[in-house]
Amino acid sequence: MGAERLPNHKLETGAFFQRDRAWHAPALTPGYKTSVLRSPQKALLSLDNSLSEINGPVFGHHVLGELDNDLIHNFARAGESAVGPRIVVYGRVLDERGKGVSGALLEFWQANAGGRYRHKKEGYLAALDPNFGGCGRTITDEEGNYAFRTIKPGPYPWPNGVNDWRPAHIHFSVFGHGFAQRLITQMYFEGDPLIWRCPIVNTIPDKAAVETLIATLDMQATIPMDACAYKFDIVLRGRRSSLFENRLEGN
Amino acid sequence: MAQPLDRLKESPSQTAGPYVHIGLTPNFCGIEGVYAEDLGASMVNDRTRGERITVHARIFDGTGTPLRDALVEIWQADAEGLYNSPTEMRGTSDPNFTGWGRKATDMESGECVFDTVKPGRVPFKDGRRMAPHITFWIVARGINIGLHTRMYFPEEEKANAEDPILTRIEHKARVSTLIAERADDGTYVFDIHLQGEKETVFFDI
Repeated sequence: MGAERLPNHKLETGAFFQRDRAWHAPALTPGYKTSVLRSPQKALLSLDNSLSEINGPVFGHHVLGELDNDLIHNFARAGESAVGPRIVVYGRVLDERGKGVSGALLEFWQANAGGRYRHKKEGYLAALDPNFGGCGRTITDEEGNYAFRTIKPGPYPWPNGVNDWRPAHIHFSVFGHGFAQRLITQMYFEGDPLIWRCPIVNTIPDKAAVETLIATLDMQATIPMDACAYKFDIVLRGRRSSLFENRLEGN
Repeated sequence: MAQPLDRLKESPSQTAGPYVHIGLTPNFCGIEGVYAEDLGASMVNDRTRGERITVHARIFDGTGTPLRDALVEIWQADAEGLYNSPTEMRGTSDPNFTGWGRKATDMESGECVFDTVKPGRVPFKDGRRMAPHITFWIVARGINIGLHTRMYFPEEEKANAEDPILTRIEHKARVSTLIAERADDGTYVFDIHLQGEKETVFFDI
């Protein structure tokens, strides 16, 4: 905790815009079988944010290690690196008003180039890469920019339908400035034919919403002879202005 | 035509999946040497003010089976009712209390344990005081968007009876799903049921 505070930067303390629950996946999506027994059946209780959700943990750069945003090297033996297509993933964290979210902690995790996760409950035949762990994290700068380096994950079969394969994807966990902004999502890669066949992707009802999770190949940001670049922006909930909030303790 | 609002849409949520531990609690799942410790593993130190409490949480699916692959985050005020957040405008919270914790449920028992302090009361926006509570956020395989709920304390009968959130629940029989039980050893047990008869109240906040 203890985020760096910028001088002359007025903190915003308003409640967040309501979530558009028709844009997000519903809880019950039978095509994704595990959701059947893990989805609430009763309606959610809707509340405007209280201080418990307007506030949230914010993380300072002191939590970061030097290689936290470099998955090619952060688990590798000295002088070695992970196997697979080297990529840079970059983008911005914005809110719904288009403002950059500074100081947002992003955590990401993924399978290796063969689609194998480093996890004891994972039994896929593809081999582990001794130089690849699969986790990383970073914090956005003052304008909301972030970047990290990794290898492109492979697709991966999973026991849902008889022959379901996840598209290549990177999981993202995002903290904004309030606990109500907490979000976990997945990033996909432009042009992957598995995207539109995936029951997890298809939990999202609106194709336009899915498109916002597909990172674009960016040849301008690609580093020649080193790493292809993919651009992936993330949008968190925006805030109402707190000018007219009637909180008795002040704004 | 009137001016467009020009708002972006929030990035849609996706499930955290069964391997959420790799990213959020790597040491817990055997990926060591990348982070010194898992973020959120510890909320208190020996100088933290307030009453120390332990919360045992479990999450059950629609068959009553505990989830062994869930990830739980809690967020709460300190003993004085202040949040360790840059947007806390009412005062400075206890610097020895993070207010935020993260645990994976045990891969065998499905339980996760938080060592924390009992939170103080926090005002609702109309000035009424909310009862002491801990906010929970749950993600897992099969959960498409993180579930928000709250844990309240069984010994706070009076505060709970006037809590602006608990009193909003139309079906009074469901209020008890948000109130932890006190075990013989003084720890709190909070069982969260994702669906069925005992389904926990979840919030759209």
